[in-house]
Amino acid sequence: MSQAAEIEHREPAAMRSSSKEATRLVARTAAVDAVGLEERAASLGKRSIKRESKLWALDLAIRSMDLTTLEGADTAGKIIAMCSKGVRPDPIDPSIPPVAAVCIYPHLIPVAVGQLRGTSVKVASVAGSFPSGLGPLDVKIREVREAVELGAHEIDIVLNRSLFLGGEYARAFEELVALREAAGSAYLKVILEIGELGSYDRIRQASVLAMAAGADFIKTSTGKIGVSATLPGALCMMEAAREFFHETGRRVGIKVAGGIRVSKQAIQYLVLVYETLGPDWMTPDRFRIGASSLLNDVLMQIGKERTGRYQGPDYFTID
Amino acid sequence: MSDIEKREHQTPERPVPWEYATSRESTEIVDLQDRYDLFVGGRFVEPKSGRYFTTINPATEETLAEVAEAGEEDVDLAARTAREAYEERWRNLPGKERAKYLYRVARALQERSREFAVLETMNNGKPIKESRDVDVPLAAAHFFYYAGWADKLDYAFPGRTPRPLGVAAQITPWNFPLLMCAWKLAPALATGNTAILKPASTTPLTALLLAEVFQDAELPPGVVNVITGPGGKTGGWLAAHPDIAKIAFTGSTEIGKVLRRNVAGTGKRLTLELGGKAANIVFEDAPLDQAIEGIVNGIFFNQGEVCCAGSRLFVQESVFEPLIDKLKARLDTLRVGDPLDKNTDVGAINSRDQLEKITELVQSGIDEGAEIYQPDCVLPERGFWFRPTLFTNVSQSHRIAREEIFGPVLSILTFRTPDEAVEKANNTPYGLSAGIWTDKGSRILWMAERMKAGVVWSNTFNRFDPASPFGGYKESGFGREGGRHGLEPYLDLDGGAA
Repeated sequence: MSQAAEIEHREPAAMRSSSKEATRLVARTAAVDAVGLEERAASLGKRSIKRESKLWALDLAIRSMDLTTLEGADTAGKIIAMCSKGVRPDPIDPSIPPVAAVCIYPHLIPVAVGQLRGTSVKVASVAGSFPSGLGPLDVKIREVREAVELGAHEIDIVLNRSLFLGGEYARAFEELVALREAAGSAYLKVILEIGELGSYDRIRQASVLAMAAGADFIKTSTGKIGVSATLPGALCMMEAAREFFHETGRRVGIKVAGGIRVSKQAIQYLVLVYETLGPDWMTPDRFRIGASSLLNDVLMQIGKERTGRYQGPDYFTID
Repeated sequence: MSDIEKREHQTPERPVPWEYATSRESTEIVDLQDRYDLFVGGRFVEPKSGRYFTTINPATEETLAEVAEAGEEDVDLAARTAREAYEERWRNLPGKERAKYLYRVARALQERSREFAVLETMNNGKPIKESRDVDVPLAAAHFFYYAGWADKLDYAFPGRTPRPLGVAAQITPWNFPLLMCAWKLAPALATGNTAILKPASTTPLTALLLAEVFQDAELPPGVVNVITGPGGKTGGWLAAHPDIAKIAFTGSTEIGKVLRRNVAGTGKRLTLELGGKAANIVFEDAPLDQAIEGIVNGIFFNQGEVCCAGSRLFVQESVFEPLIDKLKARLDTLRVGDPLDKNTDVGAINSRDQLEKITELVQSGIDEGAEIYQPDCVLPERGFWFRPTLFTNVSQSHRIAREEIFGPVLSILTFRTPDEAVEKANNTPYGLSAGIWTDKGSRILWMAERMKAGVVWSNTFNRFDPASPFGGYKESGFGREGGRHGLEPYLDLDGGAA
């Protein structure tokens, strides 16, 4: 903890709250009514968008995608294949844009950096004892630093749910601040793992805590537990981000991850973003989707929108 | 942090090409006739009056059909037919047999739900998403619910001997045309009464389609009769007819008062569901983002043409500014327009008369010094439209805080303490509904005990269920519809009548 406190002392950032304030921040966070929130998410989920808007939305879904593989069995070969898919999702159609980033374990960063040099695709790495976040703080800090040193542009860390759910908000906050420092100029995404938080009130509090600690993005899930991103859970985070923007003037991005496999889901999340946060968030800098199999479904839907016909699955590469 | 601040952000494309598709429900499913007759004795019969009036689509001002205008003779025929059906058929039928017909009607409503929803939207102007998701399913639910009571009446009121009353005259409003028919008919039929339904003159079409459903369900002739015509004349004759045992009316307080005077001393039973000026009260600890949705739903649902609409918003002063900012931002995203488009949030006002009444009251708000806010939406050229409207700087003495507007107009007032909220909320001649928004359970109960309103919602608004009684206090009327309570107005509990 002394380390975190030291960093705080060295750089009293104007945009960041102190750890004492963090506890008050959590206590002060607006209440969320589950019934109303779920109703609103469901009603927005029914919206249909125009064909031109749909093509734009599908394009944005690709540009906002963190193409992800986070398996123990990931190898250099797997990463090389995924990187080439991310750079050129459809080998015969150059109008399809590259994805935003690939999201991988730190161990494989050098492979991805090598593959993606000269392209717009960023390297995002999970770090900080992903997915539990329960390693010793100094180990987590070192992992983040090393990931950045290895060339990761973006770091996805996890909120320490053990501290957060145990009511140790100040310590949970200090950890986030320390990891924020360790990430330096890299984008920092804080995974809340909303499936473990138990209520929307908790999701909103965790969102506030992570944003106040300096997160560039707040992210729904690790994809490692049963419940990942949900429409109402994401809406709850977006409402928190909207409030945070009104209070501080800082726009924090939203990343939804886990279980998003088809284009329809991606578009439903984009409707939530548009209706809750507005056009300013409709950019890869403020909205991301963490996914793997989604990409081919989006390609298939783009083909369908353009030609009116679906192509068979073997026309889309599996990488 | 400085690194982060320096980092360049891609600016999003401007404007973002984001448009919702017009997803228009086809009107082909509705088989409109040029002319509708009166439904009496199980058949459609030409009116003896020989007169017809036109009914229009308020979103386009196009004529939809001609509808019969029932004269005094027609009303008399309907009343005698209903009396006969009551005495010779319906009251002697066992409850479980009556239930079978009600279940059939409920199922038919579900099977033909799209047709009913589209027709309701065409004739009333309400958004299809509301007629599809609220009006029609709830109407079916009411028939299902009261079908369940039909053979259990002896257990509904222990120690009493419930008996039907006779012929019920049921006069319904134009804001929820089909749903109000269901609210009235389902309990009347379940309890063994027969009925004459007089739908509002601007929105008779779904009631007439419902008459077709009764035919298809082989409901014995004369058990339900539908007569159309202007409220003043047709409704007046109906209420005055000697064969009528009970009158159920939903509509304006003005007409309710007339009815009550006319019925006095006749021995007829009466229930009235009249106007309202509901308080929607938001405390500082409320879940504000959801309260915004509730406020919007409370006043813009059905264009605010709802007797229980949350038309007075009381906001605790400490959260006034953030709440108003959020509310204005949300208003800007409301989609006003073609009611048949499933993305539409706010549809057309039901009639030119109603539009004029809303316009006049809104002007009075401006003249009396309240501050108006309306979003910048484009309204269709034809039809009757009114922009969603907020008024701030409203005080209790303003007309817009006292009179029922029955339109998409919200008057916003503030309070400091719970006591003040109770005092101001109850300071109205009406007492139909109220909303309480707070995260504190004990405060919900404390407030609900003190609200002089028939229905109190907490952390939600405009939620209806057939099992839950609905009705008012004071000038909002008396009697309850829905639930076990909704059986009582149609029963003589001591077995005296019949």
